[in-house]
Amino acid sequence: MKRLGLFIFLFGFTGISVFAAESQQVDTGSTAWMLTSTALVLLMIPGLAMFYGGLVRSKNVLGTMMHSFAAMGVMSVLWVAVSYSMSFGSNVMGGWFGWNPDYLFLNGIDESILPGGVPEYVFSMFQGKFAIITPALIAGAFAERVKFRGYLVFIALWGLFVYNPLCHWVWAEDGFLFNMGAMGAIDFAGGTVVHISAGVSGLVAAIFLGRRRGYPHRQMKPNNLVMTMMGAGLLWVGWFGFNAGSSISSGLSTAQALTATQAAAAAGAITWIIIEGMHQGKMTALGFASGILAGLVAVTPAAGVVKPAGAMALGAIATIICYIMLIYKDKLGFDDSLDAFGIHGLGGIVGALGLTFFIRDSWMEEAAKAAGGSWTVWQQFGVQATAVGIAIVYAVVSTVVILFVVEKTVGLKSSVSEEMQGLDHSYHGERGYGMLTPN
Amino acid sequence: MKLITAIIRSYQLEEVRESLIAADITRITVSRVSGHGVQQSEEIYRGKKVIPGLIPKVKVEIAVNDEFVDVTVEAIMKAARSHNSNQGEIGDGKIFITPLEECIRIRTGERGPSAI
Repeated sequence: MKRLGLFIFLFGFTGISVFAAESQQVDTGSTAWMLTSTALVLLMIPGLAMFYGGLVRSKNVLGTMMHSFAAMGVMSVLWVAVSYSMSFGSNVMGGWFGWNPDYLFLNGIDESILPGGVPEYVFSMFQGKFAIITPALIAGAFAERVKFRGYLVFIALWGLFVYNPLCHWVWAEDGFLFNMGAMGAIDFAGGTVVHISAGVSGLVAAIFLGRRRGYPHRQMKPNNLVMTMMGAGLLWVGWFGFNAGSSISSGLSTAQALTATQAAAAAGAITWIIIEGMHQGKMTALGFASGILAGLVAVTPAAGVVKPAGAMALGAIATIICYIMLIYKDKLGFDDSLDAFGIHGLGGIVGALGLTFFIRDSWMEEAAKAAGGSWTVWQQFGVQATAVGIAIVYAVVSTVVILFVVEKTVGLKSSVSEEMQGLDHSYHGERGYGMLTPN
Repeated sequence: MKLITAIIRSYQLEEVRESLIAADITRITVSRVSGHGVQQSEEIYRGKKVIPGLIPKVKVEIAVNDEFVDVTVEAIMKAARSHNSNQGEIGDGKIFITPLEECIRIRTGERGPSAI
């Protein structure tokens, strides 16, 4: 909950930030870890590109990897230009999003140092990485069937009008979800902001765009599981920056988040292959990778408030629920191609709600004090459920509007022949594999 | 019995398969090959147009009984031909038909037309 102090500074004292910057010393330890975390979170995006890239058919491998890489370009430019201001500025439009003219192009934070001793540039860049990975996650839901130009417009609009407001509500000091209940809705590293919003938006987009040609009758096997496994590995490593970096410090809470992350990922992975082994008879590599992700997603909102045993429980529960969902996906008839909703949406919901039952005692005591006497698990559960519900409704409604606008203007759904020829040939004019043929 | 070998554009494979399945030809062997006819293919790497010497193609092999030769060839031609004009384009590929001496189903030892 170090973010709290940080935001009090950010928003309470912006007027005198120049003087504060002069008196504030850089804490080299915290800054070093935050720089490392920022790089680690960025590493997740090529990791995601490899994870998703390996899962599609070989004619779509580059197009799918480009969905992640393009987000690094589009979202970074937007983040520097306006998104940091929209996410971490002060309430405007009734708190819909934030705004602070000083943050445009990060102009006003050139010499600003946060009270934790971390330069604000580092905080801004760290948060910017989250804005990149969220729309990149959505791409998994509608893989293999979107126009590249339409996708670029879609993620730009989605980032501006879905991610930035959600980020503001949950993480900015004057965001209304940040202030709900005794100590706010708990979303340590982005269960609601990142995973639930990406998951449900992906589900909406998958339904809006329709199924891939031939789904579910034709086999659409992964073209390269080796690459998928490498991607899953990079995601796990990068997640330490994602979760442990979210303490915006280098201390006790960082260590707690880091430990919870490892415990949940491992428990999720083991749970997946055990279920799979009993159900299908074989323990698959892709199953292990999926379990890692389910565990990591579930612990993301919880990393700051649960102990290792609770983290393991969350990872295992999320895996069980995701596994059941994937089995029923085909029967439900929607084509969430790479399970953006099945893993990230559901895993995020399990984590955001389930964490309530594993909160460490010291947090509950503080919450009770803040609430003026008592604060029960069920009261916190109500806050969590409200935050999750608001995020889902907001993401669904805005995504539908954005999809509709993009489809009618630039066009989003691939034509039949583009889809059959593959994204790589149709939109990029390149081939992913085959460079080794005797040319 | 005939062996039909078609060399087609790799990205037309999906369309050819759908066309064959629609014509009830469901047994095929597909491999990735490279070569060149008169076509010059262009690809773009780092903003430069590159003309690869050997062009990646897909080879489709289908063993059929004589009465299915025409329907198979028709299905392949319809799907492998470029869409932008009825005449097709250089690079759409070729179809070879060769006589097939014998066909044996390994599982049963059956021989001849019934094994296809």
